[in-house]
Amino acid sequence: MTPAASPIARPLPPPVVTAGGHAPFVELVRSRLIEFCREPEALFWVYGFPLVMILSLGIAFRQQPLASLSVDIVAGPHAEADFAALATAAGLTATIRPQADALERLRTGRADLVVEHTADTIEFRADPTRPEAALARDRAHDALERAAGRRDLLAVRDTPLAAPGGRYIDFLVPGLMALSLMGGGLWGVGFAVVEMRIRKLLKRFFATPLAHWQFLAGMMAGRMLFVIPEMVLLVVCARLLFGVRVFGSPAAVVFLLVLGATAFAGIGLAIAARAKTLEAVSGALNLLMLPMWLGSGVFFSRERYPDWLQPVLAALPLTPLVDALRGVMLEGRTLAGCAAEIAAVAAWGIVCFAIALRIFRWQ
Amino acid sequence: MTGAPDTPAIRVRDLVKRYPGRPPAEAVRGLSLDVRRGECFGLLGPNGAGKTTTIEILEGLLAPTSGQVEVLGLTWAADAAVLRERVGVSLQETRLSDKLTVLETVRLFRSFYRRGIAPEAALDLVGLVPKAAARVANLSGGERQRLAVATALVGWPELLFLDEPTTGLDPQSRRQIWDLVETCRGCGHTVVLTTHFMDEAERLCDRIAIVDAGRVIALGTPPELLAEFGVPHLDDVFVKLAGRRLTESGWTEPLGNSLRSGAGGPA
Repeated sequence: MTPAASPIARPLPPPVVTAGGHAPFVELVRSRLIEFCREPEALFWVYGFPLVMILSLGIAFRQQPLASLSVDIVAGPHAEADFAALATAAGLTATIRPQADALERLRTGRADLVVEHTADTIEFRADPTRPEAALARDRAHDALERAAGRRDLLAVRDTPLAAPGGRYIDFLVPGLMALSLMGGGLWGVGFAVVEMRIRKLLKRFFATPLAHWQFLAGMMAGRMLFVIPEMVLLVVCARLLFGVRVFGSPAAVVFLLVLGATAFAGIGLAIAARAKTLEAVSGALNLLMLPMWLGSGVFFSRERYPDWLQPVLAALPLTPLVDALRGVMLEGRTLAGCAAEIAAVAAWGIVCFAIALRIFRWQ
Repeated sequence: MTGAPDTPAIRVRDLVKRYPGRPPAEAVRGLSLDVRRGECFGLLGPNGAGKTTTIEILEGLLAPTSGQVEVLGLTWAADAAVLRERVGVSLQETRLSDKLTVLETVRLFRSFYRRGIAPEAALDLVGLVPKAAARVANLSGGERQRLAVATALVGWPELLFLDEPTTGLDPQSRRQIWDLVETCRGCGHTVVLTTHFMDEAERLCDRIAIVDAGRVIALGTPPELLAEFGVPHLDDVFVKLAGRRLTESGWTEPLGNSLRSGAGGPA
């Protein structure tokens, strides 16, 4: 091996030194986006996961007519007449069976109601704690009375409610969007920062003129940019698949998304400000996220928790974001109408960013 | 504010660094040295001698416990922002982002400096132009080390710090790093490097400080050191001063135990 083979050992004219160049903030954000796009797993977690979630929950909670209620008629002299009467009733499926058979089906939940018509009485057997059983009983009773000649005294009209905005999926979509913003911000920033610290890349950055706030802001902005396509995807899919509509202004929704992404990225930075290991930061993030998964009203209304817990739930950073997103998307509120929620989310973000900037450990 | 050009590149007096603990660990115990402008200066010594602690204090990454440190006539306490623009650093173990390409990495670091050279020119200096589009993940150890130096050179620093630039590299990669250091010096940078390789220090450095147990035990040009101690190799200077032998692995071993060369860890 001769030194001449080296690609380096040759006289070089000194390179031209120039002033200026790209803004470090822009380059940092660009690098983050490039890294992200080259990581297929991250792409799935950010884009695939919320979609799978919305699909599965949307299908599970889709609006469907009540399942047909199963009524067993005990074989006997009136059984055929009762069968004809029940066949006219909506939502009931009647069959005639021997008594033992019918009772066995009732006990195991395959029949909702057993009807036994003896000489002068009709006996209904059902589990009174099951709503289906109570409904089957009342419908069967009604149908049998009508067949026996009862006439209604009041004129009645039923109007079914299926307006977009009031269904579970409508409730769920803004909650899932807020949840994605939380997960993305906390994990995307918190985890990445600790990983960079372990790789001593933070220390290397610290040895350059890069300003601290520029690095931290670059990490936050990089995360914010990932979520915009993610959220568009969520809204479009919810619209196409389930007809979920946005009642408020789209600009207000975008504002809330950017606000939420930024605030949670700031919280992620604060959590990661001193953590030295991935285990430490994962533990802290999970501990922080669990109460918000359950208590901020993403999957069900937080009104279900007792009153004394409400101030605590309201103080969680995800709660005002969920409330504001729902307010704009479902109730058509304006941003001014969500001023309190916006202030709460912004306060979380600003305070955490300030804390992160102050206590951040570079090495 | 910018430091007069006739001041030394680095001036260190009675530097002490104590890490808290029970008992406190004293990594540097009263170290003094000057680095002249335009020279290549080597901190040579075994693992645990305090080389990395010292160079990280000089780089402004660690605060000294006591003592004076002036870099380019300035201090880190008062002029950190100015110094960061004028100092380039290659740390001992930095894992740059695997997903970025070589050129993207250097471009990112270029953006941190107000003035500097084109990222492509930095790659040319370290011989990585053919690898410009390669992902960092796919580089060899030697190529990564050259990339690390490129990220330090791209701000065209007056003072370049290289902490153990050749540790863990194969002989050919080491030689390439040596050529690179000579290129840097040829471009007018002051270079400060740490190493535990005697041949590396002898070949690259204008002056060497031999460091042991947190102190400078000898300082001078390689010929001066050899003449002062009347020995043919730098290895023998260390043996004479420390009473131990410095091995290729960077650890030391007692004299008369050369059969176990390379295997002697700290007792």
